Amino acid sequence: MKTFRQSMSAVWHFYRDSFRNMTWGRPLVWLILLKVFILFAILRVFFFKPAMAGLSDEERSRIVGERIAGGQPQAGDPAAAPGSFNL
Amino acid sequence: MDVIVWSRIQFAMTAAYHWLFVPLTLGLALVMAVMETIYVIKKDDFWKKTAQYWMKLFAINFAVGIATGIILEFEFGTNWSNYSWFVGDMFGAPLAIEGILAFFMEATFFAVMFFGWDRVSKRFHLVSTWLTGIGATISAFWILVANGWMQNPVGTTFNPETVRSEMASAQAFWEVVSNPVAISKFFHAITSGWVTGGVFVVGISCWYLLKKRQRKFARASILIGSIVGIVGSFAVMLSGDASGVHAAEFQPMKLAAAEGLQDGGRRAAFTIVPGIKIPGMLSILATHDIDGFVPGINDILNGYTDNEGNEIPSVAEKMAMGREALVALSIYRSTDDPSEKAEARYALEENVQYMGYGHLEKPEDVIPPVGVVFWAFRFMIGLGMLLLLELLVIGWLAWKDKLAGKRWLMIAAIVCIPLVYICGQAGWIVAEVGRQPWTIQGLLPVNVAISSLSAGAVKTTFFVFLAIFTLFLVIEIRILIGAIKKGPETPNE
Repeated sequence: MKTFRQSMSAVWHFYRDSFRNMTWGRPLVWLILLKVFILFAILRVFFFKPAMAGLSDEERSRIVGERIAGGQPQAGDPAAAPGSFNL
Repeated sequence: MDVIVWSRIQFAMTAAYHWLFVPLTLGLALVMAVMETIYVIKKDDFWKKTAQYWMKLFAINFAVGIATGIILEFEFGTNWSNYSWFVGDMFGAPLAIEGILAFFMEATFFAVMFFGWDRVSKRFHLVSTWLTGIGATISAFWILVANGWMQNPVGTTFNPETVRSEMASAQAFWEVVSNPVAISKFFHAITSGWVTGGVFVVGISCWYLLKKRQRKFARASILIGSIVGIVGSFAVMLSGDASGVHAAEFQPMKLAAAEGLQDGGRRAAFTIVPGIKIPGMLSILATHDIDGFVPGINDILNGYTDNEGNEIPSVAEKMAMGREALVALSIYRSTDDPSEKAEARYALEENVQYMGYGHLEKPEDVIPPVGVVFWAFRFMIGLGMLLLLELLVIGWLAWKDKLAGKRWLMIAAIVCIPLVYICGQAGWIVAEVGRQPWTIQGLLPVNVAISSLSAGAVKTTFFVFLAIFTLFLVIEIRILIGAIKKGPETPNE
């Protein structure tokens, strides 16, 4: 157990000291954090809500099944595509 | 333009942007691992500093490229929800392995590689550098297993209860993993990354030679970069050959479009550019037999007999069978009568391989944009040959130490950096535009895979992405140029 704790401590100090002593890599870390923030806190939340979020697996099967089998989707079904071929 | 076109353009832009970073990661990982290996063997500090310099450029590329693939997954859920549900069971395993094993392996050893100089032993550091590259490669493998399945959906069965393609057993998983299309795609993509890394290293090193800086560093880097690039080029050719044979077998329309081949036949000619053909070459490339039959677009539309003697139905016949599958699916899902259900299931299983054809309006819908695929194919091959020539000539001159004064050649090497990216993008255009209209070959066309969205919503996010991607690309290029101008810490000799 002691060995495991010592190992974890060594790993922690490795990362902590490395980040503290970073020179040219520091702006890259900020860049990564900025990008992750834009992706997950802005784009994911405001622009990319999954079309079938909150539905049960049965509802998803029904909606996709109706779409694939060519049945008429019910009003409000999020997977009811209006498309026709336009390649 | 409608929502399908905007969604496709958005996905294409995101994937193309993602592919700007991946090949350089794969290629530079190998270059710096080879350099560090030389350092550990020779115990020469010059090689350590050389490896550290390329590691710095690798880190910049890695930092800007990280998580760009996540956006594709956002788009799956939002823009392509029917598709996401359909493939969810099948994609779950490879993408989970990719995320848990490969990405964490890559990220963990990246940290040791990046921070661990002088803090861990030389050998452990070297192992970490290799494992960073191997982690990136394994990561790419699982992504390409998923992509290969879309091109050749093997190992899964369609479950009419869940409306998903499912892997029912360990055997099915093995079939998916050993899908020949996935294997050839993997080697083709990985080794094209080696070419990108090689051309990038050679181009940047030539810039130092032009500036009369860091000559020893530049020559050493050119030697390693050109060897990696040349090995990569030949491996790309071999895997490309396998890809051609697989396209002929599993996606003949893609091959016909890439060749602009209206009417096929035996001893089919390969078109270099319109008007210049090599007789018999297409048959050799597609079937490894000069007398092999290569179907053209019209043959595929009208039906033909393949090289094994199988009668391939016309597209109209496939459409009829696809419609039978869809009717059977509809009955299966709506009836409670057990005998009617069993009958519907039987009819579905008989025709399920053509299910996607049931959604087509006319046979010609299976033809991808021929001009785009035809020219992308020629750009890919032409640029690939040009890049190999560049690497051979510059590598040879660097080996003989006769590069001095070859100013035009050094400028050409720098020009080759954007060309290697165009080459890689052209390859993906052939692979992805060439398989239209399918998101999953034969099973799910794009117009059924799409979610119900307004074109305006997709257009908005397209321009948001365009702005963000452009911003990050400009930032990366600025940081890269800054690091290149500063140069390595090797002695300026």
